[in-house]
Amino acid sequence: MTASLTLVIVAAVLFGTGITVMLERSLTRVLIGFLLVGNGVNLFMFTMAGAPGLAPILGEGVDPDAISDPLPQAFVLTAIVINLGITAFMLALIYRSWWLAQLGERGDLIVDEDEMAEDAEETADLYRSSEEDDRAVQAVLEASDEDGGRG
Amino acid sequence: MTDALVPLMVLLPLLGAAVALMLGRRLRTQMAVSTLVLAAVAVIAAVLLAQVDASGSGISVAVGAWPPPFGIVLVVDRLSAIMIIISALMLLGVLVYAVGQGIADQHRETPVSIFHPTYLILSAGVFNAFIAGDLFNLYVGFEILLSASYVLLTLGGTGERIRAGVTYIIVSLVSSLFFLSAIALVYGATGTANIAQLSVRLAELPQDVQLILHLLLLIAFGIKAAVFPLSFWLPDSYPTAPAPVTAVFAGLLTKVGVYAIIRTETVLFPESDLSTLFLVIGGLTLAIGILGALTQADIKRLLSFTLVSHIGYMIFGIGLASIVGLAATIYYVIHHITVQTTLFLTTGLIERFGGSTSITRLGGLRRASPMLAVLFFVPAMNLGGIPPFSGFLGKVGLFVAGADAAGGTTSTETLGTSSPGPAWLIWTVVAIGAATSLVTLYALARFWNLAFWRPKSELEGYRSRIIDSVQEAPAGATVVATRTTPVLMLAATAALVTLTIALTVFAGPLFELSGRAAENLRDASVYVSIVFPGGVR
Repeated sequence: MTASLTLVIVAAVLFGTGITVMLERSLTRVLIGFLLVGNGVNLFMFTMAGAPGLAPILGEGVDPDAISDPLPQAFVLTAIVINLGITAFMLALIYRSWWLAQLGERGDLIVDEDEMAEDAEETADLYRSSEEDDRAVQAVLEASDEDGGRG
Repeated sequence: MTDALVPLMVLLPLLGAAVALMLGRRLRTQMAVSTLVLAAVAVIAAVLLAQVDASGSGISVAVGAWPPPFGIVLVVDRLSAIMIIISALMLLGVLVYAVGQGIADQHRETPVSIFHPTYLILSAGVFNAFIAGDLFNLYVGFEILLSASYVLLTLGGTGERIRAGVTYIIVSLVSSLFFLSAIALVYGATGTANIAQLSVRLAELPQDVQLILHLLLLIAFGIKAAVFPLSFWLPDSYPTAPAPVTAVFAGLLTKVGVYAIIRTETVLFPESDLSTLFLVIGGLTLAIGILGALTQADIKRLLSFTLVSHIGYMIFGIGLASIVGLAATIYYVIHHITVQTTLFLTTGLIERFGGSTSITRLGGLRRASPMLAVLFFVPAMNLGGIPPFSGFLGKVGLFVAGADAAGGTTSTETLGTSSPGPAWLIWTVVAIGAATSLVTLYALARFWNLAFWRPKSELEGYRSRIIDSVQEAPAGATVVATRTTPVLMLAATAALVTLTIALTVFAGPLFELSGRAAENLRDASVYVSIVFPGGVR
């Protein structure tokens, strides 16, 4: 079996850096580490296809020996999809654990007092603006009365 | 005709999950869909088991009609069929329990539109792993069940569950990376991922390459099966989940790992001889797991430690490398799946009824709920290995097989060319096994005495050396004692307890069935001939 040396080196580097990052305490770094190692494994699996060849589509006049091995490609594709799903879930989990660390269980609750204070402010604003409106209307009315008295 | 039934076991739960998800807020229909789907899989598995057992070999189905070495094959032999039928029954029982719990408290713990689809996907993953005839498909099965288990374990997203879930998820991810790397190496070395073809091609590799591949696969499966020293993650992560989730995880997920180890030993590397390693690991798992259980005040953590410990029995049985040993292992797996699931369900009822799972805070349960006492006592004695229960029969089966292997009696038929480990080692592990059984009994009896027999009036200010010696679970969410046991939850638990008793009543036929299943594993060529009736090209 022949394999590309570049790919082997890249996979090795991904493994090494990925495992180093994975050993950190922060969850986000663990996820990044997992992604690096995951891609390292994918590349590693890809190298198992051997020497590169034609696109693996059999048809008229295609020599079956000249095409590259399609099976590792299918494996890698499946693994990528699985990694994508896991990453999405991990991100949600990390966000959730950050949320809990920052706000605790209270973060999920809408505190009544804050809510009431906000409501009271809004009501006061409303009263204030309607009072201003009333005053303006009153002023206009008084002005027109004066006009009528003259006319 | 029956060929079409094989992929249905994976397709039905997946389709059921999709339907349950689409039904949105129609809770009753969702619950009906998931119950029906699991019942259907149980029926299909029973039909397949009957057929496979009668024919003596197995069924292989090439998915999409791609011929075996290229396409995906699904293989059902006696072992797969047994595993699927027992898993389907457990999944069904736990589902009914979860529905009962949901109805009783407005689906607070297990919200229907999340729990049911995820639960069905978990089932699909478990069934797929049991019928995978392809190493990569086995990986996909693992990933399906793991992804679903991540969601189930962190259900509700409370701080406690997120903390436990993170450990579990990262450990599982690492194990998946091991497995995937192993598949890459196996493919690179042999050019195939088909298990039957691998069994022929792996044997042609040099010994050292075989050993590396073998150990890499065993590490990946060992983490899943929670075998010492890869078991540290289990007691921390399982107990925090909702009761039905813990029950299913404890019963099934570790056994998927054990199943994969059995396949690795009998089909992939029948020639390779790791008996001694298995015996040592089995003995250590037994001893260290049960010592952990002794120090726990919380019954859920205690049971998680016994779960780890008893995996050691199965590893010991595999390490004997004999037909009798394998037969006893298969019977023990059946027993352990049922009993462990049942005990966790009963624990869920205790937690609900008494508001705690710690022996320091429970008391007078026997008087308060005699029904609960029966439902706990029977499976607890069963797990502790008291005759005439299946736990006793399974252990005796394993010890007899061990004695056979150690004594080198002529009746022992070994698997392939592997030899059992040294006799003194086997006797040591048998002794550890017997001691473990007694200590399990002690730990469970201690819980029984304090939680069920101790009068409630003594609870206040109770002092004893037992209570001083145990360790509480890390502070978690507080549970409110509802003093209720909904009928559906009780019925589901009672049905499973009856099933554990049935394992004793029908022990004879079951042992014979396990024996026939083990007979199929005697030689990798049996498995190969199921997939390639005309021989491997």
